[in-house]
Amino acid sequence: MATETDKSENTVSNRSMDVIVALLFMGVAALVMADSWRIGARWASDGPQSGYFPFYVGLIMFISSLGTLAMTLFTKTPDRSNFVDREQLGSVLKVLVPTIAYVILINFIGIYFASMIFIAFFMWWLGKYKLPVILPVAIGVPLVLFVMFEIWFLVPLPKGPIESALGY
Amino acid sequence: MEALSSLIGGFGVLGDPMNIVYMFVGIALGVLIGVLPGLGGANGVAILLPLTFSMSPVSAIIMLSSIYWGALFGGAITSVLFNIPGEPWSVATTFDGHPMAQKGRAGEALTGAFTGSFIGAFIAVLLITFLAPVIAKFALQFGPAEFFAVYLLTFCSFVGMGRESPFKVLAAMTLGFALAAVGIDTVTGQLRMTFGSVELLRGFDFLVAVIGLFGVGEILLTMEEGLAFKGKSAKINAKVVFQTWAQLPKYWVGMLRSAAVGCWMGITPGGATPASFMSYGLAKKFSKNGKNFGKGELEGVVMPEVAAHAAGTSALLPMLTLGIPGSPTAAVLLGGLLIWGLQPGPLLFVEQKDFVWGLIASIYLGNIAGLIVVLTTVPLFAAILRIPFSVIAPIILVICAVGAYTVHNAALDIAVMLIFGVIGYVFKKLDYPLAPLVLALVLGDMAESSFRQAMLVSQGNMGIFFSNPLVGSIVTLALVMLFWPVIAMLKNRLMGGPRPAAAE
Repeated sequence: MATETDKSENTVSNRSMDVIVALLFMGVAALVMADSWRIGARWASDGPQSGYFPFYVGLIMFISSLGTLAMTLFTKTPDRSNFVDREQLGSVLKVLVPTIAYVILINFIGIYFASMIFIAFFMWWLGKYKLPVILPVAIGVPLVLFVMFEIWFLVPLPKGPIESALGY
Repeated sequence: MEALSSLIGGFGVLGDPMNIVYMFVGIALGVLIGVLPGLGGANGVAILLPLTFSMSPVSAIIMLSSIYWGALFGGAITSVLFNIPGEPWSVATTFDGHPMAQKGRAGEALTGAFTGSFIGAFIAVLLITFLAPVIAKFALQFGPAEFFAVYLLTFCSFVGMGRESPFKVLAAMTLGFALAAVGIDTVTGQLRMTFGSVELLRGFDFLVAVIGLFGVGEILLTMEEGLAFKGKSAKINAKVVFQTWAQLPKYWVGMLRSAAVGCWMGITPGGATPASFMSYGLAKKFSKNGKNFGKGELEGVVMPEVAAHAAGTSALLPMLTLGIPGSPTAAVLLGGLLIWGLQPGPLLFVEQKDFVWGLIASIYLGNIAGLIVVLTTVPLFAAILRIPFSVIAPIILVICAVGAYTVHNAALDIAVMLIFGVIGYVFKKLDYPLAPLVLALVLGDMAESSFRQAMLVSQGNMGIFFSNPLVGSIVTLALVMLFWPVIAMLKNRLMGGPRPAAAE
């Protein structure tokens, strides 16, 4: 990448990130165009084929990302400031990683108990709360959700083995 | 005065006391959503949408649009008291609102902001009342080519009016179109971009995208900025309110100007955020006290709020009359209409009179109710903000997950939401706009089918887009918008202005 020379940076610069994202966009655009071409992006006897519209969408995406790429690489005032500080990245990951775990957990034990664990963990880990504060919130929120969705509005949410053991 | 009699009919629809209850519930929820980080008008309405499936469409739209008004009001509270804009459109409100709060004039700033919001919304809804039936009647004659031209204008406006790099606007927009195309092609039934996956057959639902982009993305951004909220306390009493109201009439010229900016930016999808900035800039330029702006000038609080609320409200005009929303939140409301089995567009004014005029009447009442609610409950909502982020954040994330799941009862959507959250975070940091992405995702299928129908009519001849003066002028205007950045650059060079640093 063109910004390897920055020595004061701990993480990636805004400029590198711009380049990466523009390249990703171009990749997506290529994928869109390829798949649209596969199913036919031309004019058939009965009108435009299925890939006609998406193909040009992909083409515009490709060209505009090429524009972003060129602007980023050839500008006289490159934005070398940090995309994200190491500390900031840390706090973002502190939310993101537990949330990913939470989403995976939903698939196994349902949304209610997963939410309970998620809220409790979050408050304990990041908020440093004691159990008497954590428990009412961690139990209360899923309980309110349960009453609102399953009983009041009759919208079923994902449930796991514990709920079925309780008869739901 | 056909519009007036229809409006009176609309107020009749509101006679049902349950609808008034839904309105107040909606306003209160909306203010709450506007105050909390990570929940805003667009994703707040998206999350609550599934709860309205069992209601009648009129009650549902009243509640959901009231949430929207509440969120517009609520954004001002955090801006003034905490210097944290709860919504992007209240960023400009922080410039003078927070300095006023620091000087102990929080009550005055809040009253000014709320009243300004109310005035903006009121002017915009007057515009809707009288303009919407006219536009709808006009649009009844639209064919596919005209509709595509309007879609084109909508999307080109993003390029011409956005603050972001035009390349990035285009990239974000086409990403929305590409995601909208995933799944079964509605015309031929062919599978597109599913890559053999059954889960992708369903395509990407924009409601899930909205919850991720605006909800999870916002939480990640807030996390990055640190967790501490340090706020000023708010006291609003009747005396402050009346004192502030007494000051407002002298700003009437500015307020009309801001409302005009707001209405224009709301109808063309510039949106509430640029409208509020533009109105702040104009007020600073024209005001006698312009040099005091940024130090705590009441005018600097009122003007952006007038414009933001006018834009937010008038964004409903193209949604109702043409089926083309002017903002992400209007897009979510449009998604709601489709779910309740109503086809937005000009026919709505013919076939669903009760619904349309009930909604318009509810905008009047909803904003009056909103003004009363926020003026009386500010201390309560300010107290909610003092709840630490480490408690609020997981709860909001849980609510987002529930919202994403209920759209299609699909657990995979929760993961999709999370991915959109990361995309939203990265896009925000790199100045890729989110609104064109969302609108393209919503309108992609409709824009595509109107394009294909137009092409079928003309047998593939692009000339159909210039075949009559109406469609020709809309397309020309769209092209001017699309190439506006280039035109502006050339103009700058010819006038000898400062050369843009970035060369193509």
